[in-house]
Amino acid sequence: MTSNYAPDGATQLEIYKRVALLKANDERSRKVIMSGRLVMPYYSYRGQEIIPSAMATALTDDDYWVTIYRGIHDMLAKGMPLNDLWAEIAGRVDGTCKGKGGPMHLTYPKKGIMVTTGIVGSSMPIANGIAWGSQLSGNGRVTVATFGDGASNIGAFHESLNLASVWKLPVIFLCQNNLYGEHTTYEKATSAKRIADRAAAYNMPGVRVNGNDPIEMFAAAREAVERARAGEGPTLIEAMTFRFHGHVFGDADAYMDKAQKKAAIEADPVPIFRARLIAEGIATEEELAAIEAGIEQQIDTAVDFALASPFPDLSELTTDVYAEGAAA
Amino acid sequence: MSDTATKVKPVTILQAINTAIADAMAADDTVLVLGEDVADPEEGGVVGITKGLSSRFGEARVRSTPIAEQAIIGAAIGASLVGYKPVAEIMLMNFTTVAMDMIVNHAAKLRFMSGGQTHVPIVIRTMTGTGFSSGGQHCDYLEAWFAHTAGMKVVAPSNPADAYGLMRAAINDPDPVLYIENLPAYWTPGEAPETGHTVPLGKARVAKEGTDVTIVSYSRTLNEAVSAVAEMEAAGVSAEIIDLRTISPWDKETVFASVAKTGRCLITHEAVTQFGVGAEIAAVLQTEFFGKLKAPVARLGAPYAPVPFSKPLEDAFAPNAKRIAAAAIALTK
Repeated sequence: MTSNYAPDGATQLEIYKRVALLKANDERSRKVIMSGRLVMPYYSYRGQEIIPSAMATALTDDDYWVTIYRGIHDMLAKGMPLNDLWAEIAGRVDGTCKGKGGPMHLTYPKKGIMVTTGIVGSSMPIANGIAWGSQLSGNGRVTVATFGDGASNIGAFHESLNLASVWKLPVIFLCQNNLYGEHTTYEKATSAKRIADRAAAYNMPGVRVNGNDPIEMFAAAREAVERARAGEGPTLIEAMTFRFHGHVFGDADAYMDKAQKKAAIEADPVPIFRARLIAEGIATEEELAAIEAGIEQQIDTAVDFALASPFPDLSELTTDVYAEGAAA
Repeated sequence: MSDTATKVKPVTILQAINTAIADAMAADDTVLVLGEDVADPEEGGVVGITKGLSSRFGEARVRSTPIAEQAIIGAAIGASLVGYKPVAEIMLMNFTTVAMDMIVNHAAKLRFMSGGQTHVPIVIRTMTGTGFSSGGQHCDYLEAWFAHTAGMKVVAPSNPADAYGLMRAAINDPDPVLYIENLPAYWTPGEAPETGHTVPLGKARVAKEGTDVTIVSYSRTLNEAVSAVAEMEAAGVSAEIIDLRTISPWDKETVFASVAKTGRCLITHEAVTQFGVGAEIAAVLQTEFFGKLKAPVARLGAPYAPVPFSKPLEDAFAPNAKRIAAAAIALTK
């Protein structure tokens, strides 16, 4: 990637703060689920933290993001408060969606988190519309749509890239290629050698980057953001990564190549990034440890907050169906 | 006709829809139009419903799209999330099936799933209806699917004034509205509404008063019911005809008041009878009026079959005035 867009030390530290939050939050989520205190379908993003952390660091709070069921890392990176998130995934009334959305439908418009979809590929058509709004109003905001490699084979991907290109929308299609679509390998399901190559069919730039490398990932993100803000249209970024805990938490991983998984976990990008920050003098061990300790405390607070929050009143069953409630 | 309609020159439903969208766009910069062929270089739609809009309001606000229904509804949803009021055209109702994920999983549910933080004020215009020998994939009435989806509103006007008023109301409604247009009825003339006239969603209209049997209908089938009046009267049957206008949420109050008076009800629509809108209304009426009905609630829709091509078969498919009259008369025997 071009070095013009490489992050400086302060920016790298900003990225790391997000990465550390994401990693700690995933670890805590699995722990709380394992303890039986929360019951939910949980799609662990452990291993993929660098991608949204770098992307979000290249955005402002006003920019928009549409994500998917494996998207809690995206939302936290974009700034969803921990209390709102944890109360939501606990199904409590203090959750960001009053407990009515759950982990697959987290929404927080105050930080531009407009939709989380549980349908593969469906982030992209909606992201286009948000970007159309920005184009019409001239507010300069950029919309990011995240999705996985599996989603690049569904019709919505192709319809969306085509429309975004024809309309020159300020949107970034951010594919987190973790090499598996549910239980099926990339090679078995995807005809293209690289998803980034599919951009050519839609006359837009497509780049494949190492999504586990914060420098490379940030540079690609920043370049795409600048293009979008300048009115030059959409970009497809294919960020290569790996998910450490299978499709849905609790699946047995029998479909995964054991050696591949072992190698990926040994190449965990988070400790590598951390060590590099220290080695390059961007931060000291003590500084990073303090950041991480602070994060653990925030998560402690959020978990306590969530579990102490009441469940929604049963009247919530029929509110928000229509603006005026449900039809009698 | 609607309460505030003024008698100007007659207009067609086609003109009324066009005028309603134009008036809404003139009144509110956030109203947008998108869909296949909707802009003027593409002739303002295949039957010209949106003709003139892009010339007047610009192609930024009136955008022709690729033939890509998921992309169309997705773009409408996204724009609505950030303050716009898009009117999306899905050319034919059968093509909504290609965009069902966007409509059912997203447009209808985002308000609820976000706990009210977001909402989707879009209108999805779509046309359908038998009569033009279009066969099995171009003229189905699929309203029951959408009426069954919590969060969607469904309207189906039968005349120009309601077409205008329902469109203005639908555009201003904070929730997603499916707006069903009948293709053969586009050129049906009627009284013109005054500018700004709205028909509130969820409010039916008594199209004709009567005492013996209530006929509930909507869209073009409503007009078939009205056309059946002479034959019913010749048989000594006084029918009260209710134009539902909004299919979901439907106006129970108006229907109940009528059935309380007549003690009989026929629900008729062009969609297949089985599991149709008539089934829901019939079930509610049998519960509400159990023991008070003079006859079982009846339904008259299409047979359980895809829409056929061959003309005699197509003519036999949808309810017409003759079959509606026969069904209503049979209820009184």
